[in-house]
Amino acid sequence: MSGRPKQAGRYVLRLGSLAAALGIWQLLTSLDVDLWLRFSQFPTVADVARAFADRVSGPDYWTDLTDSLTRILTGFLLAAVLGVATGVLVARSRLAEDLLGPVLEVLRPIPAIALVPVAILLFPSNEQGIVFITCTAAFFPVLVSTRHSVRALTPVWEEAVRTMGGGRWRVLGSVVLPGALPGIFGGLSVGIGVSWICVISAEMISGQYGVGYRTWQDYTIVNYPGVFVGMVTIGILGWLTSTAVELLGRRLTRWLPRTSYMSGGRPARRVRGTTTARAPVAPRSKEDVPHDQLV
Amino acid sequence: MTSSSEVRTAGSSGTRPSDPSGVRPTDSPGARPTDSPGVHPTDTSGARPASSRTGAALALREATLGRPGAPVLDAVDLAVSPGGILTVVGASGCGKSTLLRTLAGLLSPLAGEVTQDGRLLTGPGADRALIFQEDALLPWRTLRANVELPLAIKGLPRAERRAQADSWLDRVGLAPLARQLPHRVSGGQRQRAQLARALAGAPRAVLMDEPFGALDAQTRAGMQDLLVEVLRGTGATVVFVTHDVDEALFLGDRVALLGAGRLTAVRDVPRPRDRTTHDDPARTALRREVLTSLGT
Repeated sequence: MSGRPKQAGRYVLRLGSLAAALGIWQLLTSLDVDLWLRFSQFPTVADVARAFADRVSGPDYWTDLTDSLTRILTGFLLAAVLGVATGVLVARSRLAEDLLGPVLEVLRPIPAIALVPVAILLFPSNEQGIVFITCTAAFFPVLVSTRHSVRALTPVWEEAVRTMGGGRWRVLGSVVLPGALPGIFGGLSVGIGVSWICVISAEMISGQYGVGYRTWQDYTIVNYPGVFVGMVTIGILGWLTSTAVELLGRRLTRWLPRTSYMSGGRPARRVRGTTTARAPVAPRSKEDVPHDQLV
Repeated sequence: MTSSSEVRTAGSSGTRPSDPSGVRPTDSPGARPTDSPGVHPTDTSGARPASSRTGAALALREATLGRPGAPVLDAVDLAVSPGGILTVVGASGCGKSTLLRTLAGLLSPLAGEVTQDGRLLTGPGADRALIFQEDALLPWRTLRANVELPLAIKGLPRAERRAQADSWLDRVGLAPLARQLPHRVSGGQRQRAQLARALAGAPRAVLMDEPFGALDAQTRAGMQDLLVEVLRGTGATVVFVTHDVDEALFLGDRVALLGAGRLTAVRDVPRPRDRTTHDDPARTALRREVLTSLGT
């Protein structure tokens, strides 16, 4: 419990860093600093905050927000399912690797946003096109990290399950998926970030409503505070969604041994909670003690 | 170096040829792995069916073992009688693990045949549990959930598999650690959990690949005693691979020697099991023979 004040200190530090960044912004813009970088045309923090307050009270802001979120969640979830499934398939089956591998490797280097023409040709509506681009963006990081982590699984895990009479599906469910989960979440974390980049870009190009669309609209009508409201919104949404992925990943891979340098944050408190509350490690039964001294 | 033809006679000249436990070369009359009707993989009672008294629990006939293109062991004839412990000794790289993985069904023999209770092995199965030297517990499952795994594969309902897993954990002295993750307990405790997991599936054979190899001497002795104790009453046949001569002679009812790509000898081990007396001439002679075969 000695970690509490330390923990609070860290949050103060984090808030302080944000506040300092905003302070510097406000200072540079309100003083109209023009030293090669020109801040005189730049909206101040106060301008942006005022524009933000206006936007939040209007109906369009929330439509934009939910549109963008729906697009990214649909695309990202599709990518997660398809990426994990394809990654496992390619890693576990030589036939699948030979059939899908070349196609995937050729498609992989193409930036998802370069697929806008493809999306326009393929899909009847803009909406589906944006989801397609978002999905493609997140698909490859998930695929690649799934493939790598499935290939890197310790072979004895699978052998142990097979010698217990476990079949193909049991190995998949009890060894491959849980064992690859840390790597899969690495891919998902990268994927959600790339998804945001692509959903915003796609909205700027072809969207109707959406945070990206609104930001671009504001730019074309020279409403700079509005542009910054869009950027701040993108930043906050991106941060929230990747934190959600990160937290879910940490929760699902709690079993990973944590090294001590990670123990300052959440993991340490959680470990302490589970071990002391549920498993009575200290008061061992009498017959266990000699064994334990041996072991 | 003993030739493989001498191996076949070695069994019949053993000290207790009529003992139902231990190993008998396939050439002895009753050991043909052809007859064990009425024996099913689901028979987990531990009671030995009358017919298996003469049949082998596990048998290799004229088997060549190894990976395709890289045979490791040639012309292996070996029959493990039900309920006994066969220890397998040999220098490292001589094919001990290959033998065990073939018996487990993870490797197919390159030639010859491998049978369990007279049935040809086609792959791994719940009737042959494998215990690894390295840590083979699933690290995301608690010790209890690991022990529950073979029971879940068998399709037992949740409550029942929990009860059985707890009882096995209790038997190996891990009951207080049931909710711990493998990386939070010691190496010896992990091997005990592996043992519990293997036995929970009620296999008819347990194949152990240097399971105590990474443990210190004290822990190892404790684990050997524990193994003998928990095996009692299961009726499981054990094939135990080790590079430790004293471990082989302490645990084995019989000891098989591997060397130079062959099974060179199978010997009975004098009983009772004893770690302390070193003046039994038969035991001393056997120990010398095993050490000689290892080239030490």
